[in-house]
Amino acid sequence: MTTTLNPARRHFLKASAAIGGGLFLGLYLPNIAYAAEAGQMAVLSAHVRITADGVIEIMSVAPEIGQGIKTSLPMVICEELDADWAQVSVLQAPVNSDAFGRQSAGGSRSTPAHFDEHRRIGAAARQMLLQAAAEQWQVPLASLTTQAGIVHHGASGRQLSYARLANQAARQQSPDLASITLKNPADFSLIGQFTSGVDNDALVHGRPLFGIDVELPSMLHAVIHKCPVFGGRVKTVDLASINALPGIRHAFVIDTSSVDSGVAIVADSWWQAEKARRQLKVQWDEGKAKQQNSADFDKQAQQLWRKAPSQITQQVGNVDKAFADAAKVIEAEYAYPFIAHGQLEPINCTAHWQAGHLTLWAPTQNPASGQRQAASAIGIDVNDVTVNVTRMGGGFGRRLFNDYMAEAAIIAKQVGVPVKLLWNRQDDFQHDYYRPGGYHKFKAGIDAQGQLQAFSDHFVSFGNNGRTLLAAGMHAAEFPTGFVPNLQFGSSLIEAQIPTGWLRAPTSNAMGFVFQSMLDEVAHAAGQDPLAFQLALLRRSDAKPQNGFSPQRMAAVLERVAELSDWGKPVPEFHGKGIACYYSHAGYFAEVVQASVNQMGAVKVEKIWVVGDVGQFIVNPSGAMHQVQGAVLEGLSQALYQQVLIDGGAQVSNYHQHKILAMNAVPEVEVEFLATDNPTTGLGEPALPPVIPALCNALFAATGKRVRSLPIKAEMFA
Amino acid sequence: MKYALSINGSQLEADVDPDTPLLWVLRDTLKLKGTKFGCGMSLCGACTVHLDGKPIRSCVTPISAVGSKSITTIEGIGNDTVGQKVQQAWKILDVPQCGYCQAGQIMAAVSLLKQFPQPTDQQIDAGMSRNLCRCATYHRIKAAIHQVADAVKEG
Repeated sequence: MTTTLNPARRHFLKASAAIGGGLFLGLYLPNIAYAAEAGQMAVLSAHVRITADGVIEIMSVAPEIGQGIKTSLPMVICEELDADWAQVSVLQAPVNSDAFGRQSAGGSRSTPAHFDEHRRIGAAARQMLLQAAAEQWQVPLASLTTQAGIVHHGASGRQLSYARLANQAARQQSPDLASITLKNPADFSLIGQFTSGVDNDALVHGRPLFGIDVELPSMLHAVIHKCPVFGGRVKTVDLASINALPGIRHAFVIDTSSVDSGVAIVADSWWQAEKARRQLKVQWDEGKAKQQNSADFDKQAQQLWRKAPSQITQQVGNVDKAFADAAKVIEAEYAYPFIAHGQLEPINCTAHWQAGHLTLWAPTQNPASGQRQAASAIGIDVNDVTVNVTRMGGGFGRRLFNDYMAEAAIIAKQVGVPVKLLWNRQDDFQHDYYRPGGYHKFKAGIDAQGQLQAFSDHFVSFGNNGRTLLAAGMHAAEFPTGFVPNLQFGSSLIEAQIPTGWLRAPTSNAMGFVFQSMLDEVAHAAGQDPLAFQLALLRRSDAKPQNGFSPQRMAAVLERVAELSDWGKPVPEFHGKGIACYYSHAGYFAEVVQASVNQMGAVKVEKIWVVGDVGQFIVNPSGAMHQVQGAVLEGLSQALYQQVLIDGGAQVSNYHQHKILAMNAVPEVEVEFLATDNPTTGLGEPALPPVIPALCNALFAATGKRVRSLPIKAEMFA
Repeated sequence: MKYALSINGSQLEADVDPDTPLLWVLRDTLKLKGTKFGCGMSLCGACTVHLDGKPIRSCVTPISAVGSKSITTIEGIGNDTVGQKVQQAWKILDVPQCGYCQAGQIMAAVSLLKQFPQPTDQQIDAGMSRNLCRCATYHRIKAAIHQVADAVKEG
């Protein structure tokens, strides 16, 4: 495995005992701030500290949104440090990219970005403890061993705990990370073990952890009332009557280019602010977004499909000639809707503006970006903003966007005392950064042997002034690019004023559905078993795999999931199995869904088999299983329930209109990982995309009816 | 209005408007942050607490409707034997992902186990399906409930 260390960061491994005498501020609540007496704490690196009473403090560098990173990355350090996990206390690292590198939670990137580096940091800290022991006992370093936080000298039987050695270790020369010796993975005792989350005890007792739980002395509470039409602005508002209501301290209009226009109401309690808001009389300038709606988008897509794509994004061979030569041509139109994140902890941020400095307590997946956005919103230097990252009640990509941090900054600067901004659920659904909808018109040509010879897609997406909206694009290397001799991707845009963004497995969550459904259609049209068809495609001798995609790894997960699910065995009437695979975020996943349809057309998902390949190591099997099961069930929610219809703004206000799978609809999900000799990669996302097409393909197998538009409608099967 | 409240065995007082939902009295007035705000419309179950031992949605329960009934929240559920076992099972099986809904899930699970000490899968589905988990930890929640039931059975 290659080393991905940034040499510029090495100096942060310089240890200092002096730091042990400093004051350590608590992570986000002032009342948990603590002081360390001089000499009582040894700081071995920015990531590792050892207290005099034997607590090994390990920093969690990435924000925790439920992906388990606050447990799994510290496990990697602990493994190489050879400490006892029971002695480890995990702290959320301050935002400091010089010390900690990448500190955002997105793109399933935290594990691949930090796994190797964290092994080396752990190994370096251990090395320093060994050097300290060798110095103290005047014995060769090679004669020492470690186990569970203790250094042993076998020859003399002497031993010392890490705590006893910590101060001396902190004075050691820190080793070169690039050349440090790592454990033989066969000796791993923590990596690969089921490990319960580090915050679980606090969670089950209801102790404060989340952004919404932040409490500061004399704190006020804020809401912002915004226009239900995207981009709408406050025209007139009666603030005087609001200011007269009980508990209201401030009411003012926010109208700057940095955040959405709205009316901020600040009160002694959130309920008072929220109640006052219901009496607010605002006239809006709704702007041009007022005219847009979903039905019209559908019409525009049909019109655009009648014309040539406005842009050709991928061109291989000659599709026109290949379609003319094909023994059979298959055409199909697919569509998927805008959807919302609906993370359970509503958007919030606490801010305090004091003496020219802004302090934020923010549930954010991307703190450094939020820091810049907040600074810019109130016109101060980024160094005058401190961001404390809290645990998050779900992220799913929503909190990669830090609009609420800028809003909290603006309000805090206005009120001058600590203030917590909290959106209600309707705000959350109506001012999201939505997963963009889209439309695909596919054409596929097969030869007399049923082999795919030509493939084209006219993708109608959304743009603003001709620029594709965020997360509304499509990768030119989308499979089957590289596996068909003649292929063309083209795109056209519908103009829209809709905030869009990344939702778990961005673009892939939609592309998986349309491409893997279409390939299933082609397989059936060719009279082939969908598994055999996809394997044959992956194994074409003329294939030109793109962007490091490994057809071998994909074929392996497909074959294994087929084996696990007894693919090919007959199922009862009105039951069907569907298979699909997808490569995203460096992970290879193949999934089989067994589903049935009753006389009313109701879809029941009975069982799901998942096989994934994310490289060599599964750091925490508990977290890994969680990520896969969670992603798969999220995919089912998308397929079965979710859409955000647009009429000026979003026509969704709460969970009854944008449902989440509940306990009584959850199928069994069997998961297996194939360990391969590849770098260890992330798991937040790649298990999601295949489940949607696997379900739709299963419904085709059960009923002969093809789902080409989401969410799935029961009427279709009734 | 001043309200005298019995919460987790303690007598507490809150001076709030009568229409203030119990959720906000707990969170903002009494600083008990364990009970969570999710939807505000009794749709998600994150705000589940017990009123005289029965699960209710604190986000739509005005403080004026509480009266002298005793309130139990996630902070106090560990004083109960079943509550403690549920908390323990949640940790052993690593039930939470983000953890935000889990206070409500635990409160719902304790109610379910008091009603059906040995619940079937169907009873778990019926009892737990109004508590949403956006991360979809449902397999673990079900397994943890079974684990508590098994432990109770074996004494």
